Amino acid sequence: MTMHEPQSQSRAAGAPQTPADVHSRPLCLSGKGVTKVFGVGGKQTLAVDHVDFAFHEGELVSIVGESGSGKTTLAKMLLGLLSVTEGEISFQGKPRDIRTRRAKKEYWKGIQAIFQDPFSSFNVFNKIDTVLLDCIHMTGGRRLPYAEKTRLMEEACSFVNLKFAELTNKYPFELSGGQMQRLMIARVFLLKPKILLADEPTSMIDACSRATILDMLLQLRDEIGMTILFITHDIGLAYYISDSVYIMEHGRFVEHGTADEVICAPKAAYTKRLIGDVPKIYEPWDLSTV
Amino acid sequence: MKNTIRQVFHSPKFVVGFCIFMAILLTLFIYPLLNPGNPLQMIGLGTFARPGTYVSVYDGVTSPFSTFKLPQADANRLDSLLTTEDRVNMVNWFSLNGVDVAGLDITDTQAMIALWKQHFDPAIRPQGMTKAMRNYYIRLNTSILGASSADALVVSETDEATGEASEKSKITKTDYVNVADVANVVTLPLGTDNFGRDTLKQLVAACGVSILIGLIAGAVATALGLLLGLLAGYLGGLVDDIIMFFTNIFTVIPSFVLLILINYSISQDQRGAGTVALVIGLTSWVWTTRSVRSQVLSLRGRDHVNLSRLSGHSLPRIILTDILPYIASYVVMAFILQVSSGILAEAQLSLLGLGPKTTEVPTLGLMMNWAMLYSAHLNGSWWAYFPVILVIALISFSLNLMNTGLDQVFNPTLRD
Repeated sequence: MTMHEPQSQSRAAGAPQTPADVHSRPLCLSGKGVTKVFGVGGKQTLAVDHVDFAFHEGELVSIVGESGSGKTTLAKMLLGLLSVTEGEISFQGKPRDIRTRRAKKEYWKGIQAIFQDPFSSFNVFNKIDTVLLDCIHMTGGRRLPYAEKTRLMEEACSFVNLKFAELTNKYPFELSGGQMQRLMIARVFLLKPKILLADEPTSMIDACSRATILDMLLQLRDEIGMTILFITHDIGLAYYISDSVYIMEHGRFVEHGTADEVICAPKAAYTKRLIGDVPKIYEPWDLSTV
Repeated sequence: MKNTIRQVFHSPKFVVGFCIFMAILLTLFIYPLLNPGNPLQMIGLGTFARPGTYVSVYDGVTSPFSTFKLPQADANRLDSLLTTEDRVNMVNWFSLNGVDVAGLDITDTQAMIALWKQHFDPAIRPQGMTKAMRNYYIRLNTSILGASSADALVVSETDEATGEASEKSKITKTDYVNVADVANVVTLPLGTDNFGRDTLKQLVAACGVSILIGLIAGAVATALGLLLGLLAGYLGGLVDDIIMFFTNIFTVIPSFVLLILINYSISQDQRGAGTVALVIGLTSWVWTTRSVRSQVLSLRGRDHVNLSRLSGHSLPRIILTDILPYIASYVVMAFILQVSSGILAEAQLSLLGLGPKTTEVPTLGLMMNWAMLYSAHLNGSWWAYFPVILVIALISFSLNLMNTGLDQVFNPTLRD
């Protein structure tokens, strides 16, 4: 691994800085022995294998791993879209209760998500107005006058550099991938959840839009004080933006710690391999590890 | 939506199927307006009157005559006197009695009749000929002699009081009446059926009833299949297990056997067209359920459904707005196929005598059943069953064509 040893021991000057007290803040979401098994009988697949985690308020945590390592399954369990086979998840210090529809709805006010593929994230039969109005209604704004609803939608759109007047009465598929992903962020802006789960939100859009999306997510964190769980396979990106990094392999967390700890002094062989696999422009790149 | 409809109408297969089906529907609405009346009314006393225009002989005789001397009149009269069967029988008689028929053309009426007059003798009894056949030849001989000899026919009237017949008028071979002057003329393009009912009028009415049965059966089957498929696919777990348990049971039992048994257990008086349609619908939902379920299974994990759940939408709303629109094209196609198979199922059932009761409305299946019971296929009355088969095939063809067209639009891998 000598060839792929990190060159510097701290992040680039322009990178977002980790707030000093972030790891001493109260826990927002934590889990103990969280496990997911798919299938029954002899055809069982262990997707997530007894993972423990603790995410603090306002923290930006990256969960890094290759395809099929169980990142998205874990994300769906955290979101309450998949049931947990074993283990316990705590939300804001209390064990999470999502057994009833009402409890689930309440939970989802606190946790929201941005998905990987913006093109399949929206119902193609619903207009953009419907998507945004749903968010206003969910946060208790059902009885607001229409002018106020419009103002909120305009505000959300302008936060993500979109013009509501141009979007109204349009369908999501009439937008570009980057615009759709920004619309997703506008949705989050309206809902203002405690936790945002971003499941590879930039993997399907171009580098330019990626920077914009990341910038908006960081801005959201600063403004709302939201915890962001950033799921990615791009360890370079994770290092650049995260406060903490969890490395996932075959459904287990093989390593976790602050971004500097994990990336600059990796202990697990898998972490080292992930770092070695990052393409390099000015250095020889050992393809045999890929 | 508008775009989808435009796309659908750009598919040639769909357009052809749609046009055929619309033409059938249009006929169903327009024909009864032009030719009103009860389609099951018995207008003829005999069975299976051939297709054609029927002129009242009584009204013809009492209509004003015009005189024409057409050059081919005698030849035509003789031609129409002898059917192909008669001609073949005449040749048979000749060969049985040793008359040389080499070079005789059976379409040459003059030569046939000349030979017949020369050789036929009612006293001759050929070896092995039945009495019925001999009588037939004698009748044939009489009509040939009559047609070629008499110049005029007398119409006589019987005095009711005295019982004496008096000559009323004389009809010569040169007398003609204008069809427009005859008070009663009836055109039966498809003749009459075994009960003397106008086959075409009946066919139009039957076609409407059959399509209605297909629509009801299709709607019931699609609605039931859709509902169960959506619930099983989206809810999963125990609900899925229970629904699939019943679905699998119904899949294993052939639905046609079930259909026969259910219809057999309902008495003939209670079996209206609506009941039959309902029974067909209730036995054919299985495949819709299975395919809707599998589509919903793949849809429920999609991001837009997850996003809808995260937005706190209720189960009915997610099913109605996030899942149903995505499978709507499939459901429409399934419905079209169900309508088509509903019409065929009714025809099959009625053919077996388990269709709707026979006294209320005609259906395509019942018409086939009647034709079969009265041996229309044996006595050559093609008009009683062939147009029915053609209409069933045409409806089925048009619906399937529409379905294939839709499939090509919604499934890009099938496009030409």
